[in-house]
Amino acid sequence: MLTSAYQPGISLLHRSGAGVKLLGLLIFSSVLVVLQSPGTVLVSSLLVVGLYGIGGFGVRTLAAQVWPLRWIVLLLLPFQWWTAGWQVAVTVVGTLVVAVVGAGLISLTTRVTDLLDVITRLLQPFRSIGVDPERVALLLALTIRAIPVIAGTMQEARDARRARGLERSTRALVTPIVVRTIRHADRVGDALAARGIDD
Amino acid sequence: MIQIEGVSHRYGDRAVLSDINLSLVEDRIGVIGANGSGKSTLARLLNGLVVPSAGRVLVDGMDTARDGAGVRRKVGFVFSDPDAQIVMPTVAEDVAFSLRRQGLGKPEVAERVRDILVPFGLGGYEDHPAHLLSSGQKQLLALASVLVTEPEVLVCDEPTTLLDLRNSRHVTDLLGNLPQRVVLVTHDLELLQGWQRVLVINEGRVAADGPAEQSISYYQTLMGAGRPC
Repeated sequence: MLTSAYQPGISLLHRSGAGVKLLGLLIFSSVLVVLQSPGTVLVSSLLVVGLYGIGGFGVRTLAAQVWPLRWIVLLLLPFQWWTAGWQVAVTVVGTLVVAVVGAGLISLTTRVTDLLDVITRLLQPFRSIGVDPERVALLLALTIRAIPVIAGTMQEARDARRARGLERSTRALVTPIVVRTIRHADRVGDALAARGIDD
Repeated sequence: MIQIEGVSHRYGDRAVLSDINLSLVEDRIGVIGANGSGKSTLARLLNGLVVPSAGRVLVDGMDTARDGAGVRRKVGFVFSDPDAQIVMPTVAEDVAFSLRRQGLGKPEVAERVRDILVPFGLGGYEDHPAHLLSSGQKQLLALASVLVTEPEVLVCDEPTTLLDLRNSRHVTDLLGNLPQRVVLVTHDLELLQGWQRVLVINEGRVAADGPAEQSISYYQTLMGAGRPC
């Protein structure tokens, strides 16, 4: 998860600029999509595995990036195989997995702040049409930050529902999540104002 | 100096503060009162989070209604729920986020972040995910993130409410030793022992205003200490 993905280190990848890494990912993904073939998937897989090694990450970290995709792979692979043959199945699913795992490498080696700085710089030309790059960066930061907060709220709401013997009640789950999320958003707004971040 | 002149505030039809006149010059000021008495609203007036319905609040001559941004540079604010104050994924990034608009270079930001984290017991946690800290550490991070901007005044709205005894004492000790003027809103009367000035807010008015012992004693009488209400 992006919220806690960054793993400090001193590898070449850690020391490379966020902009360079994002550009690299863009080129890498474009090549993957343009040259769609099982061979491209194989070569790019080896490249990504090599880059994980350069970043100082082991098999466990690599597997952790692939694991969230398991259901997509399990559903998509047989469907594509059945409808279009094994080559298309391997190409489509392989491209998806390699691209996601490659993007994961950026999260692992780049601080969110550095990514936001790049986004802020990229958005500077849009100031003339009323886009505030700092505000967009703040929005992204808050979105990223909200993920573990909402996940925690969901867990607590689930526990509370179970404690009241209402395991099957959707209302007992959704109502506290909505109320607490709105309240949290209110408090965050106050906290941001108090820190003078949006002045 | 913070000057509160003829301040009243309403939320819709409900009056929460009525005709408050105060001059806050002491280094350690406590604010106590029952739930709903208006003490949090009073705290929020001090850095312009709430603008009074009537009257005015001046911080070193700046009106919070007209120059909220300037006031907030001078007056930092810490809430009771640190989860709502932490914006960035890691500890160092959250502290650095407060400095984002100060135009500092990366090395200077990194140095200031390092310098503030150590006395707060968060040295070595720079790249730690902020949401995985303990409640006490989160509150310390929230404090550090405010203090890194070097405000002249720190307003804290029940900063120890969600903390266990050890963390509560740690935060209290830190607050007690800060060079800043501190305005502390709390239900924990022990925290305020020895403070120079404690205000008791009751039904939107200042019911008592004096040294800690005197105000706390008044408040305990007012609340009928020992009896649930």
